[in-house]
Amino acid sequence: MGKTTAEKIFDEHLVDEPFPGSKVLRLDVVMCHEITTPIAIADLMSRGKDRVFDNSKIKAVIDHVTPSKDSKTATQAKILRDWARRQGIKDFFDVGANGVCHALFPEKGFIRPGYTVIMGDSHTCTHGAFGAFAAGVGTTDLEVGILKGVCAFREPKTIRINLSGKIPKGVFAKDIILYVIGQLGVNGATDCVLEFRGPVVDGMTMDSRMTLSNMAIEAGGTSGICMPDMVTVDYLWPFIEKDYISKAAALEDFRKWWSDDDAVYEKVLDFDVSDLVPLVTYGYKPDLVKPVTELEGTIVDQVYVGSCTNGRLEDLRVAASILKGKKIAPNVRGILSPATPKVFQEAISEGIIDIFMEAGFCVTNPTCGACLGMSTGVLAEGEVCAATTNRNFAGRMGKGGMVHLMSPACSAATAIEGKIADPRKYLP
Amino acid sequence: MKRFGGPVLFLDRDDINTDEIIPARYLTEITKGDLKPYILEDLKLTGFDPKGPKTKEARVIVSRANFGCGSSREHAPWVLEVNGITAVIAESFARIFRQNMFNCGMAAIELPKDKIDKIFHYAECSDASIEIDIEGQQIIVKGSGSEEKFQLDMSPFDKALVMAGGWVDYADRNY
Ligand code: SF4
Repeated sequence: MGKTTAEKIFDEHLVDEPFPGSKVLRLDVVMCHEITTPIAIADLMSRGKDRVFDNSKIKAVIDHVTPSKDSKTATQAKILRDWARRQGIKDFFDVGANGVCHALFPEKGFIRPGYTVIMGDSHTCTHGAFGAFAAGVGTTDLEVGILKGVCAFREPKTIRINLSGKIPKGVFAKDIILYVIGQLGVNGATDCVLEFRGPVVDGMTMDSRMTLSNMAIEAGGTSGICMPDMVTVDYLWPFIEKDYISKAAALEDFRKWWSDDDAVYEKVLDFDVSDLVPLVTYGYKPDLVKPVTELEGTIVDQVYVGSCTNGRLEDLRVAASILKGKKIAPNVRGILSPATPKVFQEAISEGIIDIFMEAGFCVTNPTCGACLGMSTGVLAEGEVCAATTNRNFAGRMGKGGMVHLMSPACSAATAIEGKIADPRKYLP
Repeated sequence: MKRFGGPVLFLDRDDINTDEIIPARYLTEITKGDLKPYILEDLKLTGFDPKGPKTKEARVIVSRANFGCGSSREHAPWVLEVNGITAVIAESFARIFRQNMFNCGMAAIELPKDKIDKIFHYAECSDASIEIDIEGQQIIVKGSGSEEKFQLDMSPFDKALVMAGGWVDYADRNY
């Protein structure tokens, strides 16, 4: 019987199966940020176990609130910083080099097909875009990961999502994943891995695949996995060229992680994207999605472009193509947070930052900031934000605030009109 | 082993998320105890008062489907724990929240919808309480003089974690 990618990764990393179906896995990468890690560090210290299992496999970043906004966030940052120094963690990213974890770590080449990855952050599923098993965990799992390099999971079931057809104008990876979440529901994939397959995924860049995988958790999924192909090899090549004689050899090696043709799935869902339209969420759950045409005209107070879902170069490019030569509406505050320093610099050299600023956007340093309502764009009670982020929970971007999730293109059109707008009329 | 059970807080809604259980603006606290006043502060549920006596007295939460969805923050189980709530009984949980509960030595108990419906009948009783017997794999629901027992179906690993007092102790002993 064939195996899925997730099953292959589980087999390869199995350390123990204390009870049937409960599997303890060896970890290849443990990622840490300043919100969920400090308590793990404090607990390890109080237990007299201030150690790490392997400092080369731990990656750490200060990203949620940075530069620190007050003494509490400064303390969190300091705890992480001091610990990284103490433990000799060389892949630690502080002010000046930091950016949103799930955009920064892939960019640094830390993720490889077949890896097991955990982080104290639910959107860790993003890294599955490389053909890895990457899962968000809580602080206790993270603590054990740091100390022992292992984590326990239930045997994964996989839901295969086949995406076919031709992506219509104005529709992007974000619209596709919002559609899939709308179909599955917010707990439609609990305890499952989502496997994104089909010609639509094959034709996507890594940036787009990361957008798909990023939101697997919004359907309850443990990880969102894409098959590692030549697109993956090309992206990773600068980091792996010493390991392989050619790209073809790398591809051949990556192929072993592909789900077998006769693998057994929990469910297989086929979606044709040809008739999709740009989608926007309403209400306070990410599975509440409607065609943009049904929400057009909804007044917004703020437009936010950024986050681990849509803060990468490709996202900024498409938003800029719509904003070019235009001004945002006077009722709107536009905020752009490029997800990483590299994205920021490339956006500067491509003239993208100019376009945003000419249009009237404020450009912040790379950070999560407003995405979780912590800094750089928190909403006031009763305010509405059009955002390229991944969560529209009540109060997510500020107490009493409301969030409409959408693609970068849709957010740019919305910024221009000051109300939710269809991006298709601005696209060639 | 710690005792599970006591007065019940009924939260009659699906998809109660971690941002509702503990909003992100309080994640800058670095001790669990500091989270205490903010329990369920942003919960959208008609008639619910996060600062009310029901929340204060509660030792067990009973809710519906997909409890604890959203963020991975273990601050969600912690804010319950520091408020004396060590068990949540629901139709289903989001994976990370459920794991966090067991990892902390707390109980996330899943029961089928019809049983949850039956337990919700006790929401009207002012003295509703639930006793949880992990070893015996059952819960006893009491209120207004009546009493009902429900069998639990907890995975052996989850049970082992609760008995060990959480994952750090368990892992430290075994790996
Ligand atoms: S950008 Fe938002 S969703 Fe992504 S890691 Fe940061 S806070 Fe979480």
